[in-house]
Amino acid sequence: MARSVTSRRKSINTALAWGVGLIIFFPILWTILTSFKTEGDAIAYPPKFFFFDWTLENYAIVQERSNYMRYLWNSVIIAGGSTLLGVVIAVPAAWSMAFVPSKRTKDILMWMLSTKMLPAVGVLYPIYLMFIQLGLLDTRIGLVIVLMLINLPIIVWMLYTYFKEIPGEILEAARMDGATLKEEILYVLTPMAIPGIASTILLNIILAWNEAFWTLNLTAAKAGPLTAFIASYSSPEGLFYAKLSAASTMAIAPILILGWFSQKQLVRGLTFGAVK
Amino acid sequence: MFVRNALRAATALTLLTTGSAMAETITIATVNNGDMIRMQGYTDQFTAETGIDVEWVTLEENVLRQRVTTDITTNGGQFDIMTIGMYETPIWGKNGWLVPLNDLSADYDAADILPAMAGGLSYDGTLFAAPFYGESSMVMYRTDLMAAAGLEMPDAPTWDFIRQAAAAMTDRANDINGICLRGKAGWGEGGAFITAMSNSFGAQWFDMDWNPTFDSEAWLNTLNFFKGMMDESGPAGYATNGFNENLSLFQQGKCGMWIDATVAASFVTNPNDSTVADSVGFALAPDNGLGKRSNWLWAWALAIPAGTQKADAAKAFIEWATSKEYIELVAANEGWANVPPGARTSLYENPEYQAVPFAQMTLDSILSADPNNSTVNPSPYVGIQFAAIPEFAGIATDVSQEFSAAYAGQQTVEEALAKAQAIAAEAMEAAGY
Repeated sequence: MARSVTSRRKSINTALAWGVGLIIFFPILWTILTSFKTEGDAIAYPPKFFFFDWTLENYAIVQERSNYMRYLWNSVIIAGGSTLLGVVIAVPAAWSMAFVPSKRTKDILMWMLSTKMLPAVGVLYPIYLMFIQLGLLDTRIGLVIVLMLINLPIIVWMLYTYFKEIPGEILEAARMDGATLKEEILYVLTPMAIPGIASTILLNIILAWNEAFWTLNLTAAKAGPLTAFIASYSSPEGLFYAKLSAASTMAIAPILILGWFSQKQLVRGLTFGAVK
Repeated sequence: MFVRNALRAATALTLLTTGSAMAETITIATVNNGDMIRMQGYTDQFTAETGIDVEWVTLEENVLRQRVTTDITTNGGQFDIMTIGMYETPIWGKNGWLVPLNDLSADYDAADILPAMAGGLSYDGTLFAAPFYGESSMVMYRTDLMAAAGLEMPDAPTWDFIRQAAAAMTDRANDINGICLRGKAGWGEGGAFITAMSNSFGAQWFDMDWNPTFDSEAWLNTLNFFKGMMDESGPAGYATNGFNENLSLFQQGKCGMWIDATVAASFVTNPNDSTVADSVGFALAPDNGLGKRSNWLWAWALAIPAGTQKADAAKAFIEWATSKEYIELVAANEGWANVPPGARTSLYENPEYQAVPFAQMTLDSILSADPNNSTVNPSPYVGIQFAAIPEFAGIATDVSQEFSAAYAGQQTVEEALAKAQAIAAEAMEAAGY
């Protein structure tokens, strides 16, 4: 039964939701606005919100100084590649944990999650030395592997949660109809879990896109993604706020647009199974 | 027909591959500041002269430090040239991680490098990094506000005068702070400033037995003076202000005085960025009558990691980027005020550069800094705003956090010093000193 809500209350709720939304969005809005200011206006106090001399100069300087497309392409390959590789590995793992659990399944899941609690810098040197030996430093494939491993626990956990919502009887029926394990996962389970898989992919692309520790420490001149692009405009000695904001805006724009267009799938996936 | 086309394509591809393999490419890790970015813009000229391509990895200072340290300690070989400072150079040189630069060409004129810079970038008499630009610290002050306060800034002021002038120039109603100084945590931020300042108060980090000395009267006086003056005349929230925050305040006319890096002189006198460009004067960093001033010495320098396979090409680049000819190239295109300062003696003998308003004071500040004899009482370490030992960066970062907490009023100066003493003593003992 629907709860009746007065129009006054609706208005208050709407205003409150907009207020919270604006507070969350404000840092991004401020970054975008600063990117159109001169360096002088960027540091002006009191701050200038909309009434300043709008300029595209920062974007022109950033374009001239940096090869944006190379960084963007690296980000696309690293974020996309690590996520897809992760999903390929995680789907069978999550299937086995959800539908044929063993005594230790819960422990394994907790152990996987516990690896996320380890500070990344703690394993920097071992991984760096392994990368030297394997010739993977400053390569996209090296970062694809590392980011896939880092995000794998999250992917497995998310898929496991979604798979648990799917009745096992449907898979049993497929088996009785003669489906092999591969067919069962590919043609029965996966289509039913598409919203969950889609939101897992989207969330992990965002995580991989924004990952800054490994992408800065394992790259040099060739494989650096957009995080390295932004880092090149940060400076403790000199005012480069407007240029840094322009670089940040250019770095977040693709993922912001992707998130905007796929927000319906994202919300659907994240709330998958919330109502039975 | 198909076979012939395929052969042609294969030949063309082979030629292209061979051609690109012949061109040598060096990778340089550097910081993001005005002089370094300007150098990147001129790199095409180096490539045209030598045929050596250059790829840049530009990072924020602390990220760069972590990145190149990881690479050099593991012999990763990701960089052919690293931009490092005076702190790292002697330590890394001693460890054999850098290629010695004692065979630079006669045309390069290594003897022209300012002795203070060459000394700070050497270990055991061997130069391990060539200075791209160098800096000390000095007082930058508003001549109009100083005149309005009825005071005249001496060329070599004392701390008492600075405090008196700061109080006289402070105008809270018009948002003018008499003095802006670094209070931000971090060994290269507020930590560097207070360490240099402590030298002039007779304090030091370690005694001759490597025992920390934060329990001394001199350190108590340093922190009490700093906090007292900043509470009276500094900007609100100074405990979190670093170089950029103070630069921003000064350029907007909200500081009467600012004691910081000499390279800032070109920023605050640039009318495109600074609202007070035509009313800035310069003076030596203050002292306390004990024979040591509170200025530091620093250089951003180019060094070659021992693991590189392209040492000759890297050396060629370093000779080009830190040469007299490069300085003239920048001067011809962008004016003498924009050349990288503080590295070469000949620059300060150039009459055209002598006309730059901050040139002489920058040189005087650099010449008055002695990293080998930075404290009033004898100390076992080299360095002015740092002690050139590997443990220093970690200890000083923690200590500066305690100091910043005291500036912010979260603890007393006495509590901060007691914690600093404990932190440093524990770390030094663990390190085997």
